[in-house]
Amino acid sequence: MNAVTPDPSGGLTPKQLRNRRLRNIAIGLAVGFVAVMFYAITIVKMTPGLMKGTP
Amino acid sequence: MSLATDNSAFSPAAAELAYLAGPREFFSLLKPRVMSLVVLTALAGILIAPHGVHPVVGFAALTAIAIGAGASGALNMWWDADIDARMARTRLRAVPSGLIAPREALGFGLTLSLLSVLTLALIANLLAAALLAFTIFYYVVIYTMWLKRLTPQNIVIGGAAGALPPIVGCAAASGGVSWDSIWLFAIIFMWTPPHFWALALVKARDYERVGVPMMPNAKGPDRTRLEILVYSLLLAPLGLVPWFTGVGGWLYGAAALVLGLGFCLYAARVYQVRDGVDANKRAMALFGFSIVYLFALFGLLVIEHGFGLLARWGL
Repeated sequence: MNAVTPDPSGGLTPKQLRNRRLRNIAIGLAVGFVAVMFYAITIVKMTPGLMKGTP
Repeated sequence: MSLATDNSAFSPAAAELAYLAGPREFFSLLKPRVMSLVVLTALAGILIAPHGVHPVVGFAALTAIAIGAGASGALNMWWDADIDARMARTRLRAVPSGLIAPREALGFGLTLSLLSVLTLALIANLLAAALLAFTIFYYVVIYTMWLKRLTPQNIVIGGAAGALPPIVGCAAASGGVSWDSIWLFAIIFMWTPPHFWALALVKARDYERVGVPMMPNAKGPDRTRLEILVYSLLLAPLGLVPWFTGVGGWLYGAAALVLGLGFCLYAARVYQVRDGVDANKRAMALFGFSIVYLFALFGLLVIEHGFGLLARWGL
């Protein structure tokens, strides 16, 4: 590869690339989980009387 | 040749370190086994709170508490990487083994600490968030950075951090701290020294080599065995308090009685045999039993309250 075309791997080994991809997926899932959690809590707190429920 | 190798500021070693770890290694920074205990004890705190909480809010609060506890574990591993690298039990952890750079562990821990405290403040209340922040501060600064390498009482005083989750859970659910949650705090606080010293008896040489003054290498194994026995004798009746106060039902009471007696028996066996392979075996047996003890007691509290057994059975 020449200096004009960037190496998409950034010089990382296949294992490093795989770990980076897995980390990105994990971060994405975590952000999605937090978004869903806050959405659910918002619905619960906006619904009158719902907070009085006991587990 | 890639652009990366043309860049003089680029360090292949740094890149190797930066991307070597996957999600599994980062998850290990959270000390999942400790976190599972935090989840259980915090859940008990949520369920015994005087005012009930909606399950969604309870689940979110529990998640925030668990992440906060995990974050303090990551910060502990960042600070202790130097001694972890020289101890057989901890040398394969992600930071000392080079899978995660110390600055990554620090950033990971700080980020999760901040997010967990903010989340708890938003979804529950400021008291719970402040208590979680204090728990993280206590574990990382008071225990890890200050006491651990200073005094053989490190586990006794530092154990308060591990005992706080039921109080945080109770505060998250009800906005206040109940006496019931304080009793649960006291049980974990009294349980921590015999639990950890049983392991330290076997790993005393490791601690001595790295200069951490654990009770067995600072005060001697005999003194440690005596203190284990004393703490166990105090713990057994303390475990019965939630039954007397009505927080625990008959299931809990029976288990606390039997397991409390078992705890004392295991501690007495450790006290009796002081040399050889059998001494180590007895210490590890106590260590294993202590985990069963705490999981069983808090698990039964969760079952009794979570499934409404107290009300349903009139216990």
